[in-house]
Amino acid sequence: MARVLINLPAQAKRGEIIEIKTLIAHPMETGYRLGRTGVVFPRDIINGFVCTYNGEQVFRAELFPAIAANPFIAFFTVATESGEIAFSWTDDRGETQTEVRQITVE
Amino acid sequence: MNVLVLAATAAIATAAAAAEISPEDRRSGYDFAGAETRAMQDDDTANPGMLGVLQGETLWAAKAGAADKSCADCHGDARASMKGVAARYPTFEPILGRPLDLEARINRCRGEHQGAAPFAGESADLLALTAFVAYQSRGLPIALPEKPELQPFLDLGGELFHRRQGQLNLSCSQCHDDNWGKRLAGAVIPQGHPTGYPVYRLEWQSLGSLQRRLRNCMIGVRAEPYEYGAPEAVALELYLMVRARGLLIETPGVRP
Amino acid sequence: MRNGWLSLPTRRLVLLAGAGFSLTPHAVASPAEMDEVIRNLIGEATIKRGKVMLELPPIVENGNVVPLTVSVDSPMSEANHVTAIHIFNEKNPQPYVATFNLGPRAGRAGVSTRIRLADSQRVVAIARLNDGSFWSDSADVIVTLAACAEG
Repeated sequence: MARVLINLPAQAKRGEIIEIKTLIAHPMETGYRLGRTGVVFPRDIINGFVCTYNGEQVFRAELFPAIAANPFIAFFTVATESGEIAFSWTDDRGETQTEVRQITVE
Repeated sequence: MNVLVLAATAAIATAAAAAEISPEDRRSGYDFAGAETRAMQDDDTANPGMLGVLQGETLWAAKAGAADKSCADCHGDARASMKGVAARYPTFEPILGRPLDLEARINRCRGEHQGAAPFAGESADLLALTAFVAYQSRGLPIALPEKPELQPFLDLGGELFHRRQGQLNLSCSQCHDDNWGKRLAGAVIPQGHPTGYPVYRLEWQSLGSLQRRLRNCMIGVRAEPYEYGAPEAVALELYLMVRARGLLIETPGVRP
Repeated sequence: MRNGWLSLPTRRLVLLAGAGFSLTPHAVASPAEMDEVIRNLIGEATIKRGKVMLELPPIVENGNVVPLTVSVDSPMSEANHVTAIHIFNEKNPQPYVATFNLGPRAGRAGVSTRIRLADSQRVVAIARLNDGSFWSDSADVIVTLAACAEG
């Protein structure tokens, strides 16, 4: 499980636009680096990121090797209702890591 | 090329001892970094070094070794027990008769008190735990206590700092005492104060130790870099921390 | 035959070779490649300038980690919103950087991330609106190399 840093308000007013910042530990190996022996380090990146709000997708990102290591993604969403905001990162191996945060909306 | 000109002009001035930076001019590497780099450091919710600090927080509480103890079992809440620690390291270890930096101290604790194998040098876990400990001193001024037993190591560090080395035949002092603020190719030369270590260096795209950074410097002047843990490396760390007295700890710093 | 290796600026080539790392041969895309993938994206449509703001530092301290912010002037309502933002580059090994999918639930069309730039180059952001139109902005970035690295 990669280390994750997620920042979003715990509470918001209904209809308020909130900013969400996410950071996940990952080397994002590009697949273009050659080691000293001339063998390429194979590509190994997080290629997808999805944010759902009570199950509904509100943001999605497709990432390529040009995204820096320890990918940082910040975006906005409307605080519509209380519930769960879930974040999922998927890598080239097809493995997914999901983190969930609660939000209270008045 | 800038560096060759620098070396040539420096060669003319060999006899003059490099002047120490005056107290009012001393500034952290943060001040020489670009606006975006500084913004990355300032925001705890977006500072990539914080991933290491969080990892370190987990390691602090994790039981390890034959003694099945965590750091917390002896040291309790790091926010209290580790406050100020990084600001006075490296310290003298009487049993070994030499100074230890924070990484070496952590590994020594692991062996002596947890009965666990030391973390590998420059490993993610060691850097994370060191970053977590150093983070507890964030905002505190660097203040190594004056100890006579440290003096010979401090003297060695000073001598190494002023010694010309490598194919480019430059000393640390020539860049970081005499030419800070000027540019070396595209990069601004900082004063070389270890205020943010372990630091998230953009070049590495990860956290790294002061010793790793010093090795980069030495490769930069085409000198054979000191091995990790070498007495010269620790002496230099000691000298740099004394030279940086009064500047505030910023761990985890972000630097280019 | 284009030899990507040799078209890298000499300083970077020396530094990379010294580090024991080098890019695979042909590992440099071109403005033409970027134009091609953009054409594939937009098809027959034309790209309009405006609405999109792409923010990158004009001079980058280290090409490994470059903060990028892209925003689109849009009410993000059901009737009028951004559906996707695509980021492209000219001179990395490949032209794609990222694609962001949005909708009315975003509230604001703005995304920040950190990218890698192999060399000084142009970066392009293209936004697609729900009415099928494309809007874009671009930024020219100078990438400098860090001093005293592993290589």
